[in-house]
This record gives sequence, structure tokens and C-alpha cells, in this order.
Amino acid sequence: MRAEGHVFKYGDNVDTDVIIPARYLNATKGEELAQHCMEDIDKEFIHKVQKGDIIVADKNFGCGSSREHAPLAIKCAGVSCVIAETFARIFYRNAINIGLPIIECPEAARAIQNGDEVEVDFDSGVITDKTTGQTFTGQSFPPFMQRIIAAGGLIDHINGR
Amino acid sequence: MGMTMTQKILAKHAGLDEVKAGQLIEAKLDLVLGNDITTPVAITEFEKAGLTQVFDKDKIAIVLDHSTPCKDIKSAQLCAQSREFAHKYGITHFYDVGQVGIEHALLPEKGLTAPGEVIIGADSHTCTYGALGAFSTGVGSTDMAAGMVTGKAWFKVPSAIRFELVGKPKEWVSGKDVILHIIGMIGVDGALYKSMEFTGEGIAYLSMDDRFTICNMAIEAGGKNGIFPVDDLAIRYMEEHSKRNFTIYTADKDAEYEETYTIDLSLLKPTVSFPHLPENTKTIDEVGDIKIDQVVIGSCTNGRMDDMRVAAKVLKGRKVADHVRCIVIPATQAIYLQAMREGLLEIFIEAGAVVSTPTCGPCLGGYMGILAAGERCVSTTNRNFVGRMGHVDSEVYLASPAVAAASAVTGRIACPCTL
Repeated sequence: MRAEGHVFKYGDNVDTDVIIPARYLNATKGEELAQHCMEDIDKEFIHKVQKGDIIVADKNFGCGSSREHAPLAIKCAGVSCVIAETFARIFYRNAINIGLPIIECPEAARAIQNGDEVEVDFDSGVITDKTTGQTFTGQSFPPFMQRIIAAGGLIDHINGR
Repeated sequence: MGMTMTQKILAKHAGLDEVKAGQLIEAKLDLVLGNDITTPVAITEFEKAGLTQVFDKDKIAIVLDHSTPCKDIKSAQLCAQSREFAHKYGITHFYDVGQVGIEHALLPEKGLTAPGEVIIGADSHTCTYGALGAFSTGVGSTDMAAGMVTGKAWFKVPSAIRFELVGKPKEWVSGKDVILHIIGMIGVDGALYKSMEFTGEGIAYLSMDDRFTICNMAIEAGGKNGIFPVDDLAIRYMEEHSKRNFTIYTADKDAEYEETYTIDLSLLKPTVSFPHLPENTKTIDEVGDIKIDQVVIGSCTNGRMDDMRVAAKVLKGRKVADHVRCIVIPATQAIYLQAMREGLLEIFIEAGAVVSTPTCGPCLGGYMGILAAGERCVSTTNRNFVGRMGHVDSEVYLASPAVAAASAVTGRIACPCTL
């Protein structure tokens, strides 16, 4: 599995309230949530994002609320992968459980700049910044989590057992 | 190598003699929780997968607390969906308007959370029940759906940080000040993926409500869970609230901690978190002159009896400043009733505050106290992120009920000791 797209770059502690503000949590459908994705941190995001684009952020991405609406909004906005130095733990679980590819890689998170064109190979964990030519190796998932992702998410994984 | 309290609970629930930090396990669940925002997403997953059974109708709690009494049509639809599901599957612990309280105050009060249990909830503040010596942690809606079906969840066994609490806190210093101090010290990701285990003789000076507040905000330091040892006070709490049997786990003497911090509670001062992260803490003598527009006293963090009593102690015979709106929200119906019987509601209303039915409303910027651009709120809630309580240009200052009440009176962030 691969992802390729232009990068939207953010800093530390991007919280789930700015990813999808609570005023929109009276919706549950991904397509509707996606219309407000990143609204309180980057009003331009939803107008600029193209299918396949990649979010890159620094420490503790997705901190705060357990709202699964956050990874769902990102996924349904067309984002193919989130790369961060670290993820908050509930966001990490939720992303795996709904099948949003995420990858922890401090080096890539620090080096990649807003607007860069980046390619991610999930099988090898190799991240390539095609704009600068740099490559990085992210942390790959343990086999247990790979099985959940391969099954299409936690519920399908359980159903398949 | 010995195990921490959290590791022992997880080992037992995974059917293992021993677990190590980093190990992936599948653990049996004693309780699976959801609210009116997260449950509908779980139900959709549940139904999409064609599932038709829950693992145990007595071990699922659905609490309609976030947008209730419903704030708009869409929220009403979500509550209707949750209500229908709860009825269809005969969910024993379903709480709707009239019985509902804020989930993390309500479940311990109803005796549904006990020492030694493994609890997941589709709400990040599920870590609250660590105050009773349970392993409890927040998850998302899909984990909730999976938990409702299988009665199990996967976990990576966490490593731990130990907080050795010593000394006796001074007047006006509460559990909220302890946890804000800790978050200020270690940062919002200082305990990322880890357990926060609280120990030490200073615990004896913390009430159960203080401990609930401390564990409630473990997530604000990135923690997987917060946990207290089960002492006489916790046992007494269980005896008063539940008839259930429970198991008490204690950390091994040679348990491994990544770090140990010793915190002298007698040195702590009332503490305030400045916008826009809980780690931006200042002690009350450092805050300067901050004029405010609103005060919220309530939430799963600070809407319990201790919180109502201290707020009333400060507000008694005083008036909320002219330019301030003060909103008091007892966290459950039982707390509301008790506050009424003790005359606290009268004190709030005479002071010029409003008292609301239990709801999470303002904490997450849902309803019941939304902020306009440029407005500042002192709140006893748990998060002060950008736009958390309303407009992206509003500001939230996190504090204890004592500081919040004093701030309501002076119209500026204030210590009750200065009134």
C-alpha cells in the first residue's frame, strides 16, 4: 500500500477540537464531518486539500477528546496518511480502528515542509520527500495492528475471526 | 521484575500470570461506556457489520449527557438512535434525561465502577475511575462497538510514571490544583501512552472527589490511565455506593517506573492553566490582572459535591460581578438534590449565578455557555484548546471551583484568600 500527495504541515499538539470542533459533533457521517475538517486551525485546508494529500505534524497529534469523528473527518477529506513525531494514544487507536493510515517518524515530521510532495510506502515504512529528495524510515506497525488494518478496520477484523 | 498496579489488573484480565510494558494483550472488560456523541457512531459500526448481539447487557453503560436536554434537532436524532439501541438490546445501565448525570460522576455514584476492574469508555475522560483503583481508559467509538460485541479490548501494556504525593495541602488547594501542577510540570504529552500511578502518604489528605478530579485529567498529560491505591477511604466509598464484590490490587515493591516524581502537596498553590493548553500553568500569585466574562463551575472534572460546597463557601453572601456570567452545573441529579438540601443552590442563585441541569454542554463548546470572540472564561473543566468553549478567538482559563467562584465575584482571576 502506498500514499502520495502534497503536504499540509502543522505543529505540536494538534487537538481533536481543532480537527473537528464539537459544534459539528451532532453529525456522524464522514462526508459531512469532512466539510469542517481542520476548520479551527486552518480555514483554507478544506478548500485546498486534494485526494491523496498528506498531513504532517510534530508531537502529540490528535490529543484531547476521544471523538472518532476526528480521524474520520481527516480520512473523508481525502487525506491518505498522517505522519507525526508522536500521536496521542486514543487518536492512534481510532485511526487504526477505522483504517486511516498513520505513521510515527520524528525525522520526517521535522524535515518535511508545507507543500512538499511526499510518498509513503506502508509495507517498508519508507517516507520519501520528492521535493527535497530526502528519505526517512517510519515505525512500522506490529503484526497484530497490521492484521486489523488489512481487514479494513477493527470491526471487520472481529467479524472475520 | 514486579508489576505496577495497572499491569497487575491487565494481566489478570488477560488471563496471564505476568505482563510487561509494551506487550500486546487482549483483556476482558468489566464495563463498556458510551455517550450521546460517541454511541451513535458505535451503533452505526455495529449495525453496518450485521451484528445482532451484545456480550452482556449488564456491562454496558450508555449515558446521554453531552447535548442533553437536546440542544438541536441533530442531537435529538443522535439521542433517539442511542435510546432505540438501548431499548432493543435491553441495556441495563441506560441513563436518559431525569436520571442522567455527567457520565464520569454518575457511574461511580451508581456503584458501576469498582477497584480492580477493566473499563473502557468512548470518552477520553473515562480515566476518572482510576480514583477507585480500576484500570479505566478512553477509547473511540469503534473500540466501544467491538467491546459491546466481544467483551474484550486490545491494549499495549503501559509503562508507568509514579507520583509520590507527600504533605498536606493548604486551604484552597484541591485535587484540581494537584493535577494542573503535574500537567504544568510534565506537559500535555508528558505521560503519553503511560500509566500515572499516584502513591504516598499525602493521598490520605485527598478526598474521593479530589482523586476523581486528578485521575480525570490524566488524559490531559497524554496518560493512558491514572490510578490510586485502594485505601480505607476508597473502600468506604464502595460500601456506600455498591454491593458488588471487588478485588484490590497493589503494585509490587519492585515494580518498574520510568520516572518517580515526589510532590509536596503542602507547597502547592491554587493553579490556573492559561490558554490554549492545560500545560500553560501559573500559580495564582503569578496570574496578573485578567478580566473575565464568564465562569463555569461543573463538568466531569469538577461538578461533584466537594466542588459545589467549596464554590458555595466562596459565593455565600457575595455577588457575581456585574460583567460576569456565572454558570453552575451539578454533575448528577443526586448532587443537584444534595446541593439543594444543603442550601447551596440558594447561595448560587442569590449570588447571581445560574444553576443548570447536569450536562457536559459548555465544557466542549456544545451549548449552555458558548463564548463570543474575545471573551474569557474561568472554567473548572479540563481543556482550554483553541475554540474549545466557543469562538476561536475566545479564551479558557482552567482552575479549581474555589478560584472560579472567587473570580466570578471579583470579575478577574482571583484567589479566594483575597476576598
